Amino acid sequence: MIHKTLENMSRFLRTVGNTSLAGISRLGYLARFFAAVILNTPAAFLRLPLTMREIYFTGVLSLTIIVVSGLFVGMVLALQGYDVLVMYGADDSIGILVALSLSKELGPVVSGLLFASRAGSAITAEIGLMKTTEQLSAMEMMAVDPLARVVAPRFWGGVIAMPVLSALFSAFGILGAYLVAVKLIGVDTGVFWSNMRAGVEFWPDITNGIIKSVVFGVAVSLIAVFEGYDAKPTAEGVSSATTRTVVESSLAILALDFILTVLMFRGLSV
Amino acid sequence: MNRSTIDLLVGLFVTAGICAVVFLALKVGNLVSLDKSSGYRVEASFDNIGGLKLRSPVKAAGVTVGRVEAIRLDPDTYQAVVEIQIDDNYKFSTDTIASILTSGLLGEVYIGLDVGGDTNVITDGGQIGKTQSAIVIEKLISQFMFDKASSDTGNDSSTKSNE
Repeated sequence: MIHKTLENMSRFLRTVGNTSLAGISRLGYLARFFAAVILNTPAAFLRLPLTMREIYFTGVLSLTIIVVSGLFVGMVLALQGYDVLVMYGADDSIGILVALSLSKELGPVVSGLLFASRAGSAITAEIGLMKTTEQLSAMEMMAVDPLARVVAPRFWGGVIAMPVLSALFSAFGILGAYLVAVKLIGVDTGVFWSNMRAGVEFWPDITNGIIKSVVFGVAVSLIAVFEGYDAKPTAEGVSSATTRTVVESSLAILALDFILTVLMFRGLSV
Repeated sequence: MNRSTIDLLVGLFVTAGICAVVFLALKVGNLVSLDKSSGYRVEASFDNIGGLKLRSPVKAAGVTVGRVEAIRLDPDTYQAVVEIQIDDNYKFSTDTIASILTSGLLGEVYIGLDVGGDTNVITDGGQIGKTQSAIVIEKLISQFMFDKASSDTGNDSSTKSNE
């Protein structure tokens, strides 16, 4: 009886140990992979057409979803914000509310989440499928480094596209809020813009948003290329890698957003 | 899709992003605030500035004419010294009164300027001599309560003494 309990316990502990070790080694692998991608940066910029193509696929083709959701988020924000602010007679501040929440939080975070599901998943699936069909091995046979030829351009394409998408999201969100607040509800145009300008500073409000979007871009692109490169070379492996990309990048964006906000809150608002 | 088309589209994409940042900087944030470059500085000392903050507006007749640039405590007089940047377009007479006001009960704190009748105007580095401190609501309430309490007991004792 006691013997059996001990055995069960040791098996449980072994499972815990195994899972933690696997997690840590995966993290170490991710860090080494990141270093390798960074070391291959020159390759991405020496062969600029490759990176251009990736910016086109991850950035330009994501424009529709980013612009449309930016507009709608801004419009909804203006409607809901107006509802509350008008209770305190502060409906003139609608511009500040929308501009601050879009440029500091919603712009980087929502466009990051959209970017992860629109572009990150595509990158993972593409690289995973290349691995499954042994294209990556074929490249290695031809003495072409897949990290330089496939991974680095995709990584840098994502890193470049993400801040651009985030800035566009914020800008279109503010335009959407303008449409609703000024054209639909009837807040005065001058009050809307002048209050916004009085309440929002380029430094630190808007620059904080840009810093966030760059960090999210690095995180999402890294997770996407890593999951693709690390995928099991089967149909099932690629599908689960794609799912992991979306889940992990979304969680990473939310966690990093909290950490960055705490740092910026402590560091810059004193 | 051939290379030049991709290059063109990516160029448009990046340009649109730069336009968005410029839009955010100029139209939304006040990166190029004209009152920062073109303006003159004036100092005013207050006994108590209440909730006044940096970048709080300075208003004359309700129109924003400048902003608070610096706040410090004078170590000799223990008064708060507030540095104000006023737009060059506006000139105020030397007997202007600066008072710390609140818009509404919960609104933002600002400095209100009441213009006097003097013909001399305040210049850069000048001082606003006449100031009025912030009204601290707690102090007002405690004063009111104290007065009320003392007047109540006063009445009681007087009625008692009359009897």
